[in-house]
Amino acid sequence: MATTTQNITWRHDYDNALKDAQRQGKPILLDFSAAPM
Amino acid sequence: MYTDGRVKDLISGRFIPVRVHVRDNRDEWQRLSDQFGVQWTPTILVVNQDAKEVHRIEGFLPVDDLMSQVELGLAQAAFTRADYSNAESSFRDVARKYPKTDAAPEALYWAGVAKYRSSDDPAALKETAGVVSREYPESTWAKKASVWQ
Repeated sequence: MATTTQNITWRHDYDNALKDAQRQGKPILLDFSAAPM
Repeated sequence: MYTDGRVKDLISGRFIPVRVHVRDNRDEWQRLSDQFGVQWTPTILVVNQDAKEVHRIEGFLPVDDLMSQVELGLAQAAFTRADYSNAESSFRDVARKYPKTDAAPEALYWAGVAKYRSSDDPAALKETAGVVSREYPESTWAKKASVWQ
């Protein structure tokens, strides 16, 4: 099956991301991580 | 946890993805872990457009379980904005797509609640209790729904 998968573009600016979430009508997936970046 | 293509597509397509790293984003970690009461990693929160947490995933999960929990979060986001029709449909999708995960009985439970909220018909709850107890008799959600029978 063909795929268009791209890596996730993680943001680190929660407050601005929340404004974008409101504009785009999407929820935020907020990942608290200790994994290697 | 995010190496699988299906996980990447789901998160990139349906969410604004934000990562707070315990060491590399120390200030944001302190602020947001206090705000949301996060105690451990990995913790994933689904946060709606009103900045309210609607779903929490704590600890590592295999791909299907992670997918089911993330989609459960999407359904909960619809539920919390009182979009009950979309929420019910999304909950039923979770149960249909991931029937062997822990999310499935939870999704069926909430699908019934969403149907009740949109119809105001208690029969939706009774029907849900029957389905959950029949398909997932050992689940916590069967116990929770048993009061509706």
